[in-house]
Amino acid sequence: MKVELRAEQFKEHSLIGRLLRRLHLDIPLLIGLFLLLIMSFMMLYSTGNKEIALLLRQAARMGIAGVLMIALAHVNPRQFQRYSIPLYSIGVALLVAVLLVGDVGKGAQRWLDLGLFRFQPSEMIKITTPMMVAWYLAGHDIPPKWQHIVGATLFILIPTVLIIRQPDLGTSVLVASSGASVLYFAGLSWRFLIATVLGLSALAPLYWQFFMRGYQKDRVLTFLNPEADPMGKGYHIIQSKIAIGSGGPYGKGWQGNTQSQLDFLPESSTDFIFAVFAEEFGLVGCLGLLVIYLFIIARGLYIAVQAQDTYSRLLAGSLVCTFFVYVFVNIGMVIGILPVVGVPLPLISYGGTSMVTLFAGFGILMSIHTHKKILQN
Amino acid sequence: MDMRRYQAIKDRLLENRIFLSRTVILFVFMLFLVAGLLSRLVYLQVLGHKLYHNMATNNRIKVASIPPTRGIIYDKQGRVLAENLAAYSLEIIPDQVTNMTDTLQRLQVVLSIPQEKIDAFNKQKKHYKHFDSIPLLLQLNETEVAKFSVLRHTFPGVDIHARLFRHYPYAELTAHLVGYVGRINERELKVLPEAEYRSMHTIGKTGVELSYENILRGHAGYAELETNAQGKPINELGRIDSIPGADIYLTIDMDLQRTAYDALAEYNGAVVALDLDTGGVLVQVSKASFDPNLFVSGISYKDYDQLNKSKNKPLFDRVLRGQYPPGSTLKPFIALAGLENNVTHRHQSVFCPGYYQLPNKDHKYRDWKKWGHGTVDLDSAITQSCDVYFYDLALTLGIDKMSDFLHEFGFGQKTGIDLMSEKSGLLPSREWKRSQRKQAWFPGETLITGIGQGFTQVTPVQLARATGTLAKQGQVITPYLAERIIYGNRAVEIERPAQKWIELKAGNVQDIINAMVHVVHSPRGTAKKIAEDIDYQIAGKTGTAQVYTVKQNEEYDEADIEFNMRDHALFIAFAPADNPKIAVAVIAEHGSHGSSIAAPIAAEVIKQYLDVGDK
Repeated sequence: MKVELRAEQFKEHSLIGRLLRRLHLDIPLLIGLFLLLIMSFMMLYSTGNKEIALLLRQAARMGIAGVLMIALAHVNPRQFQRYSIPLYSIGVALLVAVLLVGDVGKGAQRWLDLGLFRFQPSEMIKITTPMMVAWYLAGHDIPPKWQHIVGATLFILIPTVLIIRQPDLGTSVLVASSGASVLYFAGLSWRFLIATVLGLSALAPLYWQFFMRGYQKDRVLTFLNPEADPMGKGYHIIQSKIAIGSGGPYGKGWQGNTQSQLDFLPESSTDFIFAVFAEEFGLVGCLGLLVIYLFIIARGLYIAVQAQDTYSRLLAGSLVCTFFVYVFVNIGMVIGILPVVGVPLPLISYGGTSMVTLFAGFGILMSIHTHKKILQN
Repeated sequence: MDMRRYQAIKDRLLENRIFLSRTVILFVFMLFLVAGLLSRLVYLQVLGHKLYHNMATNNRIKVASIPPTRGIIYDKQGRVLAENLAAYSLEIIPDQVTNMTDTLQRLQVVLSIPQEKIDAFNKQKKHYKHFDSIPLLLQLNETEVAKFSVLRHTFPGVDIHARLFRHYPYAELTAHLVGYVGRINERELKVLPEAEYRSMHTIGKTGVELSYENILRGHAGYAELETNAQGKPINELGRIDSIPGADIYLTIDMDLQRTAYDALAEYNGAVVALDLDTGGVLVQVSKASFDPNLFVSGISYKDYDQLNKSKNKPLFDRVLRGQYPPGSTLKPFIALAGLENNVTHRHQSVFCPGYYQLPNKDHKYRDWKKWGHGTVDLDSAITQSCDVYFYDLALTLGIDKMSDFLHEFGFGQKTGIDLMSEKSGLLPSREWKRSQRKQAWFPGETLITGIGQGFTQVTPVQLARATGTLAKQGQVITPYLAERIIYGNRAVEIERPAQKWIELKAGNVQDIINAMVHVVHSPRGTAKKIAEDIDYQIAGKTGTAQVYTVKQNEEYDEADIEFNMRDHALFIAFAPADNPKIAVAVIAEHGSHGSSIAAPIAAEVIKQYLDVGDK
């Protein structure tokens, strides 16, 4: 608490501190994000064959995402609360539109062609779903009564099922977890929580039987035994393990990634970028990266705890929780302890859409944090 | 206090408490999960580091085999019998092909590849590494190269390579002797050392190419290559060059070989000539023959079928594997057996009425001359090839002594020539008949053995060897083909078998040689026609091997008998008689008479050899 006070004093008196406060930005979060972006550039330089154009494209996306973050940071959290229902409804409507008229990319219907650019509504719903659930629960008793739990669950299930239909397992997991985490923070009873987990586990075989597509089953089977088809379905995960393992405790050094440079590791700059990171920087580097992620998460949770109204804290907690799920699912699949689902390593993987969503989330977090004092006044 | 307000504050406190505790629990849970990730990373990067490091190295470093150049085969004078020519081949690296079936189908359309080549490729594919370049078509012509080059970009993993191909400039002339290389088949791949044949696609199949495979092949080299995931080499890390195979100079004289081949004219058969100073094979002709170049790039089913089913049997090596009754060419050896065993001497004579009968038997053993030779002694019996004399001598000698003596001259055994797949012929004996035929030996069989008929079978090379051994008065000749083996600039010592002698009385051998000289040079000799225009003496013996047995009371009439039922014509000879340099054996299948067909062929070879030697 003392440290925090000193930081507050520092902010009050320094020019930069005042400027940042006026910009509604949070220094610790910014530092964490900045470190990740540096890492991202280093990794993309290394995996993209030193192609500068690739870095520039990524920088442009970061710029757009950054602007969005600052813009959202200026919005009063009350506005988010007020627009929760319309935003959620638009998101769901777009998901339905995707299923009806969406573009097919890589065998899945995820995109909506808006003429100027292609838009992925499932990204937006990652934020609007927790907004909706938080709005709904904040309007009722905390901890929620059972009828409200049912209502919240419906709000979560609608987008989740729509995304599963695209099909996009990775995003549906993120959306479901973002909504579920709101329920968790709202004080969903432990008994109920455990019962739900057990119930879902019991339903897993049914899901396998009736809802999973062939390639998804393959991914799970491959995850369980990648050596069954080392040149085919298991190739990806085996090559990933080779890259990580060959990195050793200290790594091969920046740009020393023989496995990805010689093209043994597919998707090395997108979903599997962690394998390259682990190959180049070793266990020590991985530890460092995880510490940065944990630092951002800790700061995010601190912001959530400090939040002054129910809606804000539920939303903040959920956004941080989603960020963690990103990290855990991506690293987990790359190191072979989770099945392969399409989840990027947040803020490091090459690609724009997830970055925009993540920055938007951080923008909301900063908004919650920086509008607090004004509310007090 | 307002109850409602109190309730609100109470709720707010409860909510704060719930939220804080939930956050703390969640963060602890997250730490727990991150610890899980870390422990997995420790497992991979610390405990599994060595394993994965090796896998990474294997991933990117591949060892490519560098094929050696196969040794050249030369004749005695250094004329090339087997060489390596550069040609284009169409090859596929399976690793780089995404859809093999589709690729092959499209290639078939572009280059009209016969299905059999596709099948062969699919079979071969299993035995090579996926990143090896496996040939689909060898020896492409320019049109094919051009056709493919235009479409190359549509066939990833398929490319044209310049490779060395075996070529046999003399084709039919040396087909059996030099042999040929062909595609390594599945069966061979299983037993061959993988390291040596990884880069090679052909192997010696017959003749010298097969027998000296290990020497001609050389040793494959290696290049350590850093490759990308597509198996495309990016960097060469190290290299051990291949060692070319040794060149082999043969004892064959291509001038003589051609003479013999041409002299056989329309006849199928065999000609073998041996250098009596060394045992080297000067001539080794087997006819009908074939073009060995057809086999190098994989012979088509159709061509192979044609060769295989031809009644001339062009693929059959008659010199090493043809087994013929020796006929009268065996007589000099039977006569020598009589002299050495002291059962006859040169002045002992026999009356020949044109047939011979065993005591108390009706069966007449005919002489080739219907009205008989009258009184004949050893010399005239050989000169005129009297059968009755040899019926009588054979009966006196008995099968045991005859068999033992012929055995010393190498009948019924492989000659030990430095080629594989030689047949041993057949030297009958009481023992052989009991074990193989489960029958006792009959006296009549002794008689016909005496004139080289019956069970006895010889290969042309055996006959040449026995003739040479007789010419050298008992010095056993072992035929061979490889004169010199040269690795780079270094000649390799070739091990020759120890010199062997058959114990013979000089006078006895001379009697036989004299008689054989009479065969050629006496006016009554059966081969007197060939004696013109020479200032040295040729010793020879004609022979006729029965293919068709004349029944009792029937006469052999050539005109009546189809070509394929006609007798084989044989001739053995050596010259000069007093200092033999060359021994020849000729078999002209269905040539009827040794004197008219086979003898002139031998004479031509001898004359050419000795005339050149004189100059």
